[in-house]
Amino acid sequence: MPALLRRACSLLFVLSFVALNASPALAQAKAKAQNVPEIPYDSVPNLLKMPPGLYLGEAMGVATNSKGHIFVFTRSANTRLFEFDEKGNYVRELGEGSYGFEFAHSVRVDPQDNIWAVDEGTNMVIKFNPEGRIVMVLGRRPPAALGMLQSPSGPPPPAEKYTLGRPTDVGWDPQGNIFVSDGYVNHRVVKYDKNGRFLRQVGSERPGSEPSQFNLPHGLAVDLQGNVYVADRTNNRMQVFDNNLVLRAIYDNIGTSWSVCVSPGPHQYLFTSNSNPNGNGPGTWENTGEIYKMELDGTILGRFGHASKEFGGFQVVHMMDCRNPDQIFVAEIESWRVQKLMLKPQAAKVASNK
Amino acid sequence: MTQRQKALAIALALVAAAATVVRVTAQFGVPEIAFDSADPLKWPANIHLGEAAGVATNSKGDVFVYTRTGHPTMTFGTARPFAHGGSRLFQFDRTGKFVREIGQDSYGFLVAQQLRVDPQDNIWVVDQMSSMVIKFDQNGQIQMLLGRKSESERVPAVAPVPPAAVAAGGEGRGGGGAAAGGRGGGAAADAEAVPVGRGRGAPGAGAQSDVFNGPTDVAWDAAGNIYVADGVGNARIAKFDKNGKFIRSWGQRGLQPGQFNTPHGIAIDAQGLVYVADSGNRRVQVFDADGNFKTQFLNVGTPAALCLTRGSRQFLYVSNSNPPTDLDVNGEIYKIDLSGKLIGRFGRAGKLPKEFDVANAIDCRVDNELWVGELGSWRVQKLALRPPN
Repeated sequence: MPALLRRACSLLFVLSFVALNASPALAQAKAKAQNVPEIPYDSVPNLLKMPPGLYLGEAMGVATNSKGHIFVFTRSANTRLFEFDEKGNYVRELGEGSYGFEFAHSVRVDPQDNIWAVDEGTNMVIKFNPEGRIVMVLGRRPPAALGMLQSPSGPPPPAEKYTLGRPTDVGWDPQGNIFVSDGYVNHRVVKYDKNGRFLRQVGSERPGSEPSQFNLPHGLAVDLQGNVYVADRTNNRMQVFDNNLVLRAIYDNIGTSWSVCVSPGPHQYLFTSNSNPNGNGPGTWENTGEIYKMELDGTILGRFGHASKEFGGFQVVHMMDCRNPDQIFVAEIESWRVQKLMLKPQAAKVASNK
Repeated sequence: MTQRQKALAIALALVAAAATVVRVTAQFGVPEIAFDSADPLKWPANIHLGEAAGVATNSKGDVFVYTRTGHPTMTFGTARPFAHGGSRLFQFDRTGKFVREIGQDSYGFLVAQQLRVDPQDNIWVVDQMSSMVIKFDQNGQIQMLLGRKSESERVPAVAPVPPAAVAAGGEGRGGGGAAAGGRGGGAAADAEAVPVGRGRGAPGAGAQSDVFNGPTDVAWDAAGNIYVADGVGNARIAKFDKNGKFIRSWGQRGLQPGQFNTPHGIAIDAQGLVYVADSGNRRVQVFDADGNFKTQFLNVGTPAALCLTRGSRQFLYVSNSNPPTDLDVNGEIYKIDLSGKLIGRFGRAGKLPKEFDVANAIDCRVDNELWVGELGSWRVQKLALRPPN
């Protein structure tokens, strides 16, 4: 073998080794939790009825309001936000052509039925009132001229109070305080008051794996006591904070927490998705793809779902809605779809008692 | 100036503007002006206001809004990227009812910067990224253009170089009612770091022409001469006759009287005196019609927007706007007389009604009735001032 070819081959080997170990493999973790009961479910067929000529792209965000209407935030040619009724009939588009829409990441509906869209392309959180008008924005889209600049090298600049770095999710406590997970550039959770004034943060512009540090805080949810559950994705864990963002607990037996959801009502449940990573690397479908149903204290009640491109399976769950803890909506990145899952938790109990 | 220099200059100015966080201190004794806020503009369901860069009214009370909205887009031709879109111009009637869009898909609408209506009800739009000033008549037809949009953009633009240090306190700033506090280290630190245009002239002086670099505002004198604040990339005022023929320009980047750091707004009074919001230097400078320095006001914080009232006794409204990165400093608007005396102040930074979030435009055609456009919150507020007498 000529020396050059040998060198090329060994380089190729090294590269493939690095690729296998550095990219998708790091982004997945098999959950440590054992003997978790499977919760059976059915996926509702033909859920969303798209009008002719309208298509979903990557389904990044899904949320329901108090009437059961379904909101989907999707990456199409432009990022777009659609509303469907409780039966999946198309109702309308929100924020058509908005300056804040560039690269969808999350949509949530607050207790007053305001719709909040989180866009990681414009670095903005956009609040729509129930009529569909923009009533508040957090963060600021960099002006076009500045957006053309090359990413600066060197250590990241300190995280600012009022600008965000590819934010990922939003939630509210019962007082209306706003929590934002921020995100891919910063690695922090920010608490604003209901009028958008900065109160405090946990984490910083730097990633870290210590308690109260984050490496890609990718989603969050807030319970009725004001505790904040954060999907600390690249650290393969969920961190739980009190209302002042002081750490209370770490749940690290659930694989990679991509997205979290807390159901409303007197008995709240916590859901987290150990989504299979993008790219379908070897072994990923076997080890990841399930969603966990938990008590708020971290007790795992059951699991459901698996990685698959087929209907009923999941292909990179990006977000869940759990307004009804037995009817879970999931938005998938790589299958460009939203599914409504009808859980049968009683059946799971029987199964686990056998 | 080359594309590269232009992008660099704009980037530097934006960075500097974001870093300019200086509290106005020692405003003791300035009366608070009571006021109410309303949101009368009724938007069509499929149109959403973005950053409200420019707002102005005409003689009939119609309201015009030039806003950064939609999707600023870059497309690729041969090997050159072309910038399109990102801003739109809308008209409402005096009741807030939507009338129409003007200049749909205009070649010059990229990054909305300012909007003014002249005494003949022509609508003038200033676009920072296309470096154009566009005059529409009241029917929405283009009547005149100043400047030319760059054929293509450079992507990625070069990263900004570290700003050169400005000699802090290099000039006496204590006299003449300088209530704006000490010069912050970060304020206007972009001075001297911007390359000299085309290798001649002073930094920021620009070309002796209508080639702008991030223009910010436009005004007219009684003879119809046109004055353009230029602006973000340059640091000069350019004067043209009413037909757009270049007359002169003055200013360069710097701290001295007659020099500018991001001249961000301009207005001309009944005597023909020119008021320039020299935001990076945290002052309003006053010139005669030929650009001779007359005086400066140092008591209005970081003036980002200004408006001159009409009538026999004229006043200036000047916004000490908060930077986009901070909601906890500045934000108030000052009313001053033409000698620079503070008459009153109102508002503060925030996202609630009666608060301002990076105010960028003020219209004051009607006494005690102000329209304010904001960049940080996507809204236009109509204010009713209730002065003490």
